[in-house]
Amino acid sequence: MNRLNKWLLLCLLVLCMGTLSYAETPYGVDKKKIIIEGSTTVLPIAQAAAETFMRQNPDTDITVRGGGSGVGIASFIDGTCDIACASRSIKPEEVEKATVNHRDPQAHVIAMDGICIIVNSANQISSLSKKQVADIYTGKISNWSAVGGDNQKIVVISRDSSSGTFEAFGTLVLGGQRVRPDAVMQASNQAVASTVSRTPGAIGYAGLGYVSIEVKALSIDGVTPSKETVLGNQYPITRPLFMYTNGKPAGLVRDFIEFVMSQEGQKIVDEQGFVALK
Amino acid sequence: MKIKERLYKWIFTILAFSSLIFLVGIVIILFNEALPTFKKVKVLEFIFGKSWYPTYNPPEFGILPLILASIWVSIGAMLICVPLGVGSALYLNEIAGYRQKAILKPLIEILAGIPSIVYGFFGMAILAPFLQDLLHLPIGLCAFTASITLGIMATPTVCSIAEDALSYVPKSFREASFAVGANRWQTLTQVVIPAAGSGISTAIILGVSRALGETMTVLMVAGGAAVIPHSIFEPVRPMTAAIAAEMGEAPVGGTHYHALFAIALILFLTTFVFNIVAELISRRFRIKLGLSG
Repeated sequence: MNRLNKWLLLCLLVLCMGTLSYAETPYGVDKKKIIIEGSTTVLPIAQAAAETFMRQNPDTDITVRGGGSGVGIASFIDGTCDIACASRSIKPEEVEKATVNHRDPQAHVIAMDGICIIVNSANQISSLSKKQVADIYTGKISNWSAVGGDNQKIVVISRDSSSGTFEAFGTLVLGGQRVRPDAVMQASNQAVASTVSRTPGAIGYAGLGYVSIEVKALSIDGVTPSKETVLGNQYPITRPLFMYTNGKPAGLVRDFIEFVMSQEGQKIVDEQGFVALK
Repeated sequence: MKIKERLYKWIFTILAFSSLIFLVGIVIILFNEALPTFKKVKVLEFIFGKSWYPTYNPPEFGILPLILASIWVSIGAMLICVPLGVGSALYLNEIAGYRQKAILKPLIEILAGIPSIVYGFFGMAILAPFLQDLLHLPIGLCAFTASITLGIMATPTVCSIAEDALSYVPKSFREASFAVGANRWQTLTQVVIPAAGSGISTAIILGVSRALGETMTVLMVAGGAAVIPHSIFEPVRPMTAAIAAEMGEAPVGGTHYHALFAIALILFLTTFVFNIVAELISRRFRIKLGLSG
């Protein structure tokens, strides 16, 4: 009797207090500060670069935030961040808004991103067109025989929606169309690769750095994915990654961009599974 | 002296209430972050919507596939953990000798302490490929594999609590039963199990709660397709897996972010209801047995 009453009381208490809100506590620092915001794809590069940069320059304080390319560029236009990370180039209407706010977006390509389409090594297919890959992922094609392979059901493996690779794949291959809902979701590039290696009928996608000998990377529109074809922009599932600064960068912003473009910064790019420019 | 005593009293009172404070804090934040979802999505559309496409434009926030996946996987886990767990509890309490029990019970309790990621890894690396080959499935990561893994995981919880409940049945109950001429089987089914019924129900409910709330294992093993499952051999995405996979990059303050909190709220309310049901069952049994309290 008593315990049930307590539960009901607690329930009531909870309902009463459910709408309370909190205030954030401000904090003050006298270090040189910059704020970087934007694409979740670029986030690991920005994060790792900022950590190394701050270790080398202890008097600096770099805040890195995700949120997506659009969010980063919007903050940049409003002047609430110093560097906007983006996995796409800035749109004309965003440039217009920036001009109204007296912000002058300058693009810096800091790395390249290439996504491989991988299949099980037992699969006979070694090449597909970008259109065929899109049809497989949207559900128009569901058997390997439709693209010249064995009579086998295609097991479509995708990434969780929070992944930058998922976002890039969606833009570059699917053009915004939806992935079929019964696609298997894996939480990392590594998990996609290992599932594909164990599943005969599987198709998956992963960053260039995650392709091992256990899976087969397909040629797309006749081009084999490699660092060279990605850097040369011949491989069709390729995109540049940007950092936007206000005008010609100066001060700490310039130092940071220079650091990212340096040998050391590009090594971080490589370590994070992207294609370094040098 | 008196001040010191009072101080100790206060310290322990605060410690005792701290878990309540944590609970209330968590619940407040849960409501606070979840409710904004329903400014953008209608409650019924949210719960009964069939498409979960939170990152597309326009987004769709229908969590029916996720709810069904959770139920599907939990029922499967229950079918495995209840017979196994309750069965082994009965064996331990009724049949096993003193030495067998002294070895088996601690071992089962150790099994309960194995981190869920270990079970997940076991399911992903061993069980899924095995079932894929055995049953000729297109892919081994599916609701069936998740159910088996979760069932094995929840078994020690069910067994341990059910065994405790059985051992709390007063000796006088059995003695009275034997005294009126009942045999061992009759005593077990008609006296001991009903007497321990509340404890066994609690064990089952806690086992199912564990399966329902388990995250890492289902994220690794269930396959993660946000589609309404038509068979137990299809990949599914339970609610916990959706939260874990998507929370990392959902923009803070966006509808997707709030929607994930709303899923968490539904999970919380489900376990809340489970607890109340457990309490009601336990009261009914107590009254039936004349053990008020």
